[in-house]
Amino acid sequence: MTTRTNPTPPFDDIVSSRAFARLLRSRRAFIVPATLFFLAYYFALPVLTGYWPEFMGQKVFGHFSLAYLFALSQFPMAWIVAGLYLYAAAGFDRQAARILQDSGVAPQEDSAE
Amino acid sequence: MIAILMTLAFVLATLGVTAWASRRSTGAASFFAAGRNITAWQNGLAVAGDYMSAASFLGITGLIAYYGYDGFMYSVGFLVAYLTVLLIVAEPLRNSGKYTIADVLAFRLSARPVRAMAALSTLTIGGLYMIAQMVGAGAMVSLLMKETGIDFRLSVASVGTLMIVYVVFGGMLATTWVQIIKAILLMAGVMLLSLLVLAQFDFSVDRFFASATHITYLDRGQPVTRDFLQPGLYYKPPYGALNLISLSLALILGTAGLPHILVRFYTVPDAKTARFSVVWAMAIIGFFYILTTFLGFGSAILVGRSQIASNGGINMSAPLLAHHIGGDLFLAFIAAVTFATILAVVAGLAISASTSVAHDFYSNVLRAGKPTTPAEEVRVARFTAVALGAGAVAVAILLGPGANVAFLVGLAFAVAASANLPAIVLSLFWKRFNTAGAVAGMGAGLAASIALILAGPSFQGARAWFPLENPGIVSIPVGFLAAIAATLLSPDRSSEQKYNELLVRSSTGLGAERASSH
Repeated sequence: MTTRTNPTPPFDDIVSSRAFARLLRSRRAFIVPATLFFLAYYFALPVLTGYWPEFMGQKVFGHFSLAYLFALSQFPMAWIVAGLYLYAAAGFDRQAARILQDSGVAPQEDSAE
Repeated sequence: MIAILMTLAFVLATLGVTAWASRRSTGAASFFAAGRNITAWQNGLAVAGDYMSAASFLGITGLIAYYGYDGFMYSVGFLVAYLTVLLIVAEPLRNSGKYTIADVLAFRLSARPVRAMAALSTLTIGGLYMIAQMVGAGAMVSLLMKETGIDFRLSVASVGTLMIVYVVFGGMLATTWVQIIKAILLMAGVMLLSLLVLAQFDFSVDRFFASATHITYLDRGQPVTRDFLQPGLYYKPPYGALNLISLSLALILGTAGLPHILVRFYTVPDAKTARFSVVWAMAIIGFFYILTTFLGFGSAILVGRSQIASNGGINMSAPLLAHHIGGDLFLAFIAAVTFATILAVVAGLAISASTSVAHDFYSNVLRAGKPTTPAEEVRVARFTAVALGAGAVAVAILLGPGANVAFLVGLAFAVAASANLPAIVLSLFWKRFNTAGAVAGMGAGLAASIALILAGPSFQGARAWFPLENPGIVSIPVGFLAAIAATLLSPDRSSEQKYNELLVRSSTGLGAERASSH
């Protein structure tokens, strides 16, 4: 196994490789829908409570208003999205390590600076 | 007296940490990035510590105590904001930068103009945030004044002096550990206070929330009873909904542009550790902000708005709650925790701003082309920390204890979201993005957020021509649009050449800065 072959890693070759395209695709396939989801879920809260306070103020569970429960639900929502990302990112790490290995550059090569 | 002793204990412990860190501190990576040897949980605590500022602890408790549910909206936004950090910014930043957020921009754009702009916005955000914390420290002292005999000026000056000592002698390593110790102290204090609040209701969560549904307070002299679990106590028509949305935008997008949070990801060995540290931080921060429910509603029920108003005002809700439940001793403990919080956050702000001045402004703008040594950068950073500390103390004393703390921090978030985030995101994900776009985006975002705050109700009162307290809903799109428009109008396409390199580096970690061995 080579640890440092090229002084300048072959960036263009890596970018045009199929494995790298697959890494970018799988990152995008997680990050774009996850970001759209959490933004939509989060902004639903200020929009709904801001424009329909009576609707959101109705009691749905004991003393709790719909608004308050929805606000509380944002906490587990954030934790769950973060957890799912941790799981998905472990896969991205494996793909990235393989790409660097296949292109003959060590994963921790010195910075060009 | 006890408050002073407890604060002194914290100060001594952190000075010990500083002495230890200064012995270990060798070279620039050590001073600016703690040798990149911080572990995931340590950095999670440090990020949480940087974030749970006095404005969060005192400010949000006060907002919930006054406005119930509407105040809790801050707590929600402060946590969910970390998804933006986790999913979009943290890992690419760690992989392609070195010490500051400008490293990422300068990767493929011309270094001088983008670093100059980034240093300007970092200083603006750091300065606003820092002044807010120092004023908070002073207000805290005003409450304890009868007991301690220390006045506003002296307390502000001592916060400034200690901050300078941490940063100048201990660098990022000491600042990180001060942050970790403080985060643990603050969590312990807030958990204890929440438990004691619940104990007042015989640990019945049901009885606690039942009391929160009918709280009586004086509104312009008239007693009114309100359900604090209902929305609408603060955000009222005609602009309430827009105000709330604008604030939410600034919170969600601002966190991922706050320099003092983002530089923490340079203190860990790699992007994977940065990722895990965000998740640690989210666990701690989420728990903290859920507990603000008990502190906020607790002070609304047990202390009450009129008591708070006549004893130091909205920001003193949490300390007054502590006094109500646990007397002088517990008030002293909470006061000491608050001082620790202020000291740590101010030190964190100072190190990120000094790093930016040394690394971005001095080395790459003033001395561009001429070689600078790492030792020189460290010297400049130390000098900047002293100047910054002195400046912030002077401004905080000038503003006095009456300055609105929460609004200064809100402004810092708006500037971060409008000036920094568009440039960071576009430089990472848009190949065509160029220097003109970055400079225009940061400049327009910075100018728009500050101009709209000055034209808004915080400065102009009810007759302001810009009706929103938070400028985010206008200034964030301005930042993005200016960045995109200037990019497309400029013929410069040189930045596209290095995009492949940035893409490979940011998504694989190739060539990322490594941890220093010791």
